Amino acid sequence: MTLYAVQKFLFELNRSPSLQEQYLADRTGVLEPYDLTGEETDALVEPDIGKLFHLGVNGQILMRFAAFHQIEWQDYLQRMRDGIAEHGPVREGVYAMTTGLDDVVAPVHDPAANTNDSTERTA
Amino acid sequence: MPLVFAGVCSHAPGITGRAHMADPEVRDSFYAAFRQMGDDLRAAEPDAVVIIAAEHFANFFMNNMPSFAIGMSDSYEGPIEDPSWLGIERRDIPGDRDVSRRFITEVMQHSDVAYAEEWKFDHGIMVPLHFLTPDYDVPVIPVNVNCQGPPLTPLHRAWAFGESIGRACAALPERIAVIGTGGISHWPATPDSGQINEAWDRDFMDRWCRNDRNALLDYDDLTVYTDAGQGGFEIRTFITVAAAAGGASGTVHFLEPIPIFAVSCTVATYDIPVPATSTT
Repeated sequence: MTLYAVQKFLFELNRSPSLQEQYLADRTGVLEPYDLTGEETDALVEPDIGKLFHLGVNGQILMRFAAFHQIEWQDYLQRMRDGIAEHGPVREGVYAMTTGLDDVVAPVHDPAANTNDSTERTA
Repeated sequence: MPLVFAGVCSHAPGITGRAHMADPEVRDSFYAAFRQMGDDLRAAEPDAVVIIAAEHFANFFMNNMPSFAIGMSDSYEGPIEDPSWLGIERRDIPGDRDVSRRFITEVMQHSDVAYAEEWKFDHGIMVPLHFLTPDYDVPVIPVNVNCQGPPLTPLHRAWAFGESIGRACAALPERIAVIGTGGISHWPATPDSGQINEAWDRDFMDRWCRNDRNALLDYDDLTVYTDAGQGGFEIRTFITVAAAAGGASGTVHFLEPIPIFAVSCTVATYDIPVPATSTT
């Protein structure tokens, strides 16, 4: 169980512009000092937001990582849903998912629509 | 001097970062209330503003997680998030190391706290400052209560910490304002983002306005998690402000769910007498 190491890396990455540069230059190499499984390394390199959410990465840490990768908000939410659909419920931690896979929890305001059910799930 | 201003507000990153996705009517009403709180804060002429925020792993991690931490620097940096994502440019924010040091020294007489001479601000502080002190002209003393990494700060310790803050403000000659930031019920940074328990929020804010210690402490983490999500753990910051305000009653100026912002957007203040400014 090395979820701690995954989160420690992301915590440090989120804080450090120089580590962000290293990550962008050599995603695998920058992970070497951390005690990670192959599954975790792959998820951090890709990045696989859905897998990281499923593994139990704290949402606040993961949200920053997604923003760093310029992943648009609705796409970010969908990637987490896709991760749950593919891999199953969040393995541990308090940032889980209680809504259904097809629920629209926070629709985007659409000034052209009469109803409030519009959404833009994909980037 | 007794604290000159006390209030609470939301800090969700969507408030600035996803502004274009919200219904402009309710969004702008919220923004107006938020800015009015800033006007009232600055009218109290604070020498420093203590911002009690639930930070989100910008500075503290599970390798060394304090229950309470207070910043002690002349300058801070923020936001830690991607500026275009948050909708707030990265910048330096003024602090006041001397006031912080004396403030911390007083708080420590009654509460055990960590201090930090480095602090990167995340949305928990940057979003409120964007509305409250848009010119960044009031020194900030950042404060964190652990609402993120379990085991969390117990609620009754947050209350005691708030009392220590109130005492510390009274002991210092400076005019100190206290702001608590956070969500009430919310499920942030998950696919549940946007889920809001409005009834729970209104009940909590009723307890906050009454400044009813027993009612504010009558929660347990499991029930909060079920009814108000992991974001609901941030009630610790509001409880801290309630205790700091020393029994004052409060007024809610704005409380409306805005799901794309992920919270019941909240602006509330305590009705406390503002001491006259000195003639120096």
